[in-house]
Amino acid sequence: MNPTLAQSVTPSLKQVHDEMPSLREVFDTVTLQSGFNTNAVIVAATLLGIAAGIIGAFALLRKRSLTADALSHATLPGITSAFLIASAMGLNARSLPVLLLGATISGILGVVCIHLILTYTRLREDAAIGIVLSVFFGIGVVLLSVIQSTATSSAAGLNHFIYGQTAAMLTNDAILMGAIALIAAVIAILAMKEITIVCFNESFASVTGIPASLIDGLILALIVLVTVSGLQAVGLILIVAMLIIPPAAARFWTDRVRMLIILSALIGALSGFVGASVSALLPRKPAGAVIVLCAGSIFVISMLAAPARGVIAQLIRHARLRLRIAIDHTLESKYEYPEQHKKRSFSLRAFLRVKGYTDSLHTTSALTQSGIARGRRVRRNHMLWEQYLISCADIAPSHVDWSVDQVEHILDEDLITRLENEIRASGHHLDSNLQETHS
Amino acid sequence: MISEQLRQYISFDLFPLTSAICVALSCGLIGNHLVLRRQSMMGDAISHAVLPGLVAAFLLASSRSPMVMFLGAGASALVTVGLIELVKRLGRVEPGAAMGVVFSVMFALGVLMLEQAAADHVDLDASCVLYGQLETLFFVAPAQWNELFSVDTLTHIPTQVSTLVGLTIIVITFKIVFHKELRIASFDPGLATTQGIHAGFITVLLMIMTAACAVASFEAVGSILVIAMLICPASTARLCTDRLSTQIKLSAVFAISAAIIGYLLASFAPEMLDMPSSLNAAGMISVVAGAQVALAAVASPSHGLIAKSRRQRELRKTIDIEDLIGLLYRAKETGSPRSTISSITPAMNTKDINQTITNAARQGLITHTDTTLELTESGLQTGAKIIRRHRLWEGYLVDQANIRLDNVHDIAEQLEHLPTDEPDSDIQIDPHGRPVPPQTH
Repeated sequence: MNPTLAQSVTPSLKQVHDEMPSLREVFDTVTLQSGFNTNAVIVAATLLGIAAGIIGAFALLRKRSLTADALSHATLPGITSAFLIASAMGLNARSLPVLLLGATISGILGVVCIHLILTYTRLREDAAIGIVLSVFFGIGVVLLSVIQSTATSSAAGLNHFIYGQTAAMLTNDAILMGAIALIAAVIAILAMKEITIVCFNESFASVTGIPASLIDGLILALIVLVTVSGLQAVGLILIVAMLIIPPAAARFWTDRVRMLIILSALIGALSGFVGASVSALLPRKPAGAVIVLCAGSIFVISMLAAPARGVIAQLIRHARLRLRIAIDHTLESKYEYPEQHKKRSFSLRAFLRVKGYTDSLHTTSALTQSGIARGRRVRRNHMLWEQYLISCADIAPSHVDWSVDQVEHILDEDLITRLENEIRASGHHLDSNLQETHS
Repeated sequence: MISEQLRQYISFDLFPLTSAICVALSCGLIGNHLVLRRQSMMGDAISHAVLPGLVAAFLLASSRSPMVMFLGAGASALVTVGLIELVKRLGRVEPGAAMGVVFSVMFALGVLMLEQAAADHVDLDASCVLYGQLETLFFVAPAQWNELFSVDTLTHIPTQVSTLVGLTIIVITFKIVFHKELRIASFDPGLATTQGIHAGFITVLLMIMTAACAVASFEAVGSILVIAMLICPASTARLCTDRLSTQIKLSAVFAISAAIIGYLLASFAPEMLDMPSSLNAAGMISVVAGAQVALAAVASPSHGLIAKSRRQRELRKTIDIEDLIGLLYRAKETGSPRSTISSITPAMNTKDINQTITNAARQGLITHTDTTLELTESGLQTGAKIIRRHRLWEGYLVDQANIRLDNVHDIAEQLEHLPTDEPDSDIQIDPHGRPVPPQTH
């Protein structure tokens, strides 16, 4: 490759000058007051984020995330052959609509190839995706070298479709890109109900008269549209991130589809907006990379901090459960063998004291009234399970203790009553010990 | 004395071709296990994600020495594998999405760092990461054979080439040493664990080898060829055989042939077409590898479309003949030794009854005139077998599967064609009250 390309892989929107932007410039840019061209690019990137967020959410639910990767790579031969054909016909080979049309056609061809491989051969989806991705991109690279050897300097612009470049974007290009993204978003919203049903229950969808394969095709077509609309700003390698990251981040916050789509669109929009603005304000900040890194940061925050599915929340839940189990075990053994004093960690003793199950922090400290009550209950649950597993679930007595130790902590009152009834119903009598504690 | 033309080939084509073959072979071998484990896209993720490591190593050490780049890329690859696993486990994100998130963020980071590096007038080419610069690996070949085979030549071998040769040797050794472990861990991780082989450890080793392939190859051939070679030859081989050892050998053959054919096409096709310079070799090799997959999908003797449709046609033919014989046998049971073709036709589920009649006659099962058909002795025996199977199936379906009497015929009509052993049964009357033909020997 020509080494001079290195300097101009992805120039940012702004003419390169190395000082930091003033507050005034920042304000103007984010409030869309800094020139029509910049505004158009920012608005288009935001629209792209929304469209990619919505459609990516469906792709995630349908487990099609990596298909999007193959599709975006598969657009390269379309771009290059459109360029070759257009210049052979004497048209303006660098006109964006022509190149995007080529990209769309070869993207769709890529989808068809994946589908053919999956239908007619024994290869699995991951291999099909990988084959289409590498072979189509290979064709594109070969055609690119054809262009570079035949045409003169006019081919340089094509490289920008790989890494994305907002600097050379004209207002018309931005409007075209925004329009395609908008159309994709609108179609996705209109077909939301059908797509959702297909995503969750394909056979139910078929029964209710929604053709699952048609909807699948629609999702893939929408992915192609988003990819194509983002080619120039984000580039074909990073556009897949806009489809994957926002929904994956949104998934941490919610279990509801509608909410997932809204959040994903918001995250996409925010990333698009921030990415394009930063690229406009700072030198050498390629929009595509900034957009992806912005989305990536939101993903990391979501993964760590989301309330139900986040890592921190999970760790806390896990620690709590472990603490409860440790307390239960301690109370049970103290209740059963009050004269035995095993060595226990300080923190455990402290928790027992704080919860009011013991009087002091001392290892030999006896249980309080509430400690005895709780210990008795744990003991009783333990025995109930043991009895249940032996008499009703046909588990060998030698294996019982191992499993009850783990389950006794998750029993609730209803289940206990049911267990007692089941044990009685199956003709076994409850241990005297059990009845005693029960009364 | 080396002729001028040969000398030129050695100078310009020997090392690129060697590198291409090494990459193809090592990636092709490793790819077998990725394809079997449905982790093909791991190669894609890793080869994209080496970018930030490359740039970081380059910026920190401010040298382009391959060792530094190798370390940076390798660290980046391992971080990627770890992060993907982390996101998958801790975040409970679907594997495909986890891969997508991690590698695209890494790649974006790389692009951004590259851009900053470019600001300092650093010459680092992003596009070579994607599609390589095989063509630049030339050296000036000496004029004499004895000079070519001297220590002096060895020192002129580009480091990329020696790295790749080393990689290939490591990969082949790895495959031989861990053959059994790799095989068992790819097919049945549970069984592997019970046999004392740590499946997780093998997976980690495999990922390290994948990363090594991606890292060692990127500078010579670019990530696109790595991805193609990890997936395509193994897939082609998978379409040709059911045995792993055969698959591995075939994949090596396909990988090497793709590298040679692709390279030759890229270097010599433009000359024939009168184009000024050569095509991108890495891209061309990927295309050839893709063509191999397509060819195998259509023409593979065991799993190809042609073979499949031929098998289906054969089956159709057998079923048609069996149906015809069955009908004639039933007609004979009711007392008509001869049937007219026109009375048989509506009951047959076939487009071309004449073809079926010809086929049956050729097998000596029937004799026929222009309008009538009659079973031969061997046709009678075959008919008895088919009808016996049919009626025993009916009996089974009614007695054992509790299917209603009026529904069993159509099911038995399909089951009678199954190539089962002669059923050993004493049942003599089927649920419809018709006799079951006795067992023939």
